[in-house]
Amino acid sequence: MSPPAEVPTAAGGARAAAGSDVLLEVRHLVKHFTVGGGLFGGPSGLVRAVDDVSFSIRRGETLGLVGESGCGKTTTGRCILQLERPTRGQVLFEGRELTTLEPAELRPVRRRMQVIFQDPYSSLNPRMTVGQILAEPLAVHGIIPSARGRRERVRELCHRVGLLPQHADRYPHQLSGGQRQRVGIARALAVEPALIVCDEPVSALDVSIQAQIINLLEDLQAELGLTYLFIAHDLAVVRHISDRVAVMYLGKIVELTDRRELYENPLHPYTQALLAAVPIPDPQVEASRPRHVLGGEVPSPLNPPSGCVFHPRCPIAVDRCRGEVPPLREVTPGHWAACLLA
Amino acid sequence: MAISPPIDQVAALPAQDSWFTAARRFCLGRPLGAIGAAVIVVMFVVAVLAPLISPYDPVVNDFAGMLAAPSRAHWLGTDAFGRDVLSRLIYGSRTALLVGFGASVLGATLGAVLGVASAYFGGRVDLYLQRLMDIFLSFPLIILALALVAILGNSIPNLILAIMIPMIPRAALVIRSSALAIREMPYVDAARAAGFRHGRIIMRHMLPNVMAPYLIMLTAFLGQAVLLESSLSFLGLGVQEPIPAWGLMLRGAAVEFAETAPWMAIFPGLAISLSVFAFNLFGDSLRDALDPRLRTQ
Repeated sequence: MSPPAEVPTAAGGARAAAGSDVLLEVRHLVKHFTVGGGLFGGPSGLVRAVDDVSFSIRRGETLGLVGESGCGKTTTGRCILQLERPTRGQVLFEGRELTTLEPAELRPVRRRMQVIFQDPYSSLNPRMTVGQILAEPLAVHGIIPSARGRRERVRELCHRVGLLPQHADRYPHQLSGGQRQRVGIARALAVEPALIVCDEPVSALDVSIQAQIINLLEDLQAELGLTYLFIAHDLAVVRHISDRVAVMYLGKIVELTDRRELYENPLHPYTQALLAAVPIPDPQVEASRPRHVLGGEVPSPLNPPSGCVFHPRCPIAVDRCRGEVPPLREVTPGHWAACLLA
Repeated sequence: MAISPPIDQVAALPAQDSWFTAARRFCLGRPLGAIGAAVIVVMFVVAVLAPLISPYDPVVNDFAGMLAAPSRAHWLGTDAFGRDVLSRLIYGSRTALLVGFGASVLGATLGAVLGVASAYFGGRVDLYLQRLMDIFLSFPLIILALALVAILGNSIPNLILAIMIPMIPRAALVIRSSALAIREMPYVDAARAAGFRHGRIIMRHMLPNVMAPYLIMLTAFLGQAVLLESSLSFLGLGVQEPIPAWGLMLRGAAVEFAETAPWMAIFPGLAISLSVFAFNLFGDSLRDALDPRLRTQ
């Protein structure tokens, strides 16, 4: 893969190297999964889960990553965290290229980069108490060598995420969903990371609890200077928490811009359709506004459409869209879109 | 400073069931399993207290009292060397439990570690480990154990080893399938993202979560291991005279005098059947209690 000619970075079109405040830069990330195949016989299919994705995140910023189920947003997060090894492309975190690091070299980097999962029920080991879950990384990384110091730190972490000290002795099954998600957040905070990948951290929670967790994440960001990659499918939540938003469709980023700009002036027809699908909490407005429901289904990433992957469902597609892959280009300053017609 | 108030208050949840209440529920709900457990406990007590409760020394010959029928002096009679059958049965339970537990605990544990490691690493490691396991699985349990004991020579540690090795792939197979599901759990990803080493993730985050299939395999192996030890001893490849062992008691003179002194064969045979039956009853009930999904296997 040749070096990218142009990558949408935090500071508009400027390359990341120019500003040291870029924490994470993803360049032409590709993740393909092979389907089938075994001891004999080669793979029978290729799932293009992530197909040439590039973006960057400034220190202290929240980048929202939205898209439908299966569009590759979670895989993107996992590739950044090196839970999956990317097929191609680069992940630069604090100036280091992660995709070529050996597991041993990666271990210290992992401290700087944490994750919060969607499902608060399966993201905590049911056989460990909250205290053990929070203390383990402190012990393993030698952050706090003494058991007593770790207990103190666990109490502090519980406090910070709004849990009571006695929760440390509980097992996950004794906590509510919201409490468990707080434990997940505390676990991520324990190693004092710079970046937290939030993989749909509130989609499994009740709406009232969602608000609490979102507020907690915002408070923690303000206090600790955290950077978030916030993966979600809920546009309202993303709008609330993000500074910039990237929209993914079938393994590609189709639009990337400031939050305000995206919601007020979406350029890509897919983004427009997504925003139009959000109900307006006013029955009269809702009843009178025109409906733009996308026809068809999301195509299989096993066999993506030619040209622009969105063309079979696009209301404004023209012949060109079938043959030409639209690059993600800066349409107006700071506003990137992958549409030939934008 | 608390950033947001702990709104979801501590729920007044009952603590996890204590061992006692869990055991009580098991006994009430599964009386057959409870009977099996009771027999196993009795075997244990007998094995531990063998020197205190056995009326005679199990290895001392008494040529004056050979082939004596059950009587008040020898409750279960004497064998061709005049040794007390009851005392040999009592001491034989030590051999049975030692080999049975030794082989099944080691076999199930090593199998669990291999199965979990296989599931965790996946890919090529999984492929080659599983094919190796398949090779071992293609030999019937007793044939493999026979071959191993023939190679290793017969002492009690070798017997344990010979019975344990064929159990490893069987445990690995079952536990791998449970571990594959655990492998996909976000808490395993969280452990990887936290930069923990593979060994720690396997031992601390995955193994404790396959406890149910592990215990089920373990109890299923116990009966098999006792039976296998008896079989090998019966075939002359297991425990050697004069060490008291049930399978050994069925052999040699017991065959010769089967008609004139049937007590020599009947009582060890009953001991073997009863203990294997007890282990299986207990194992089946435990399996049903822990993981109903495995019932059809």
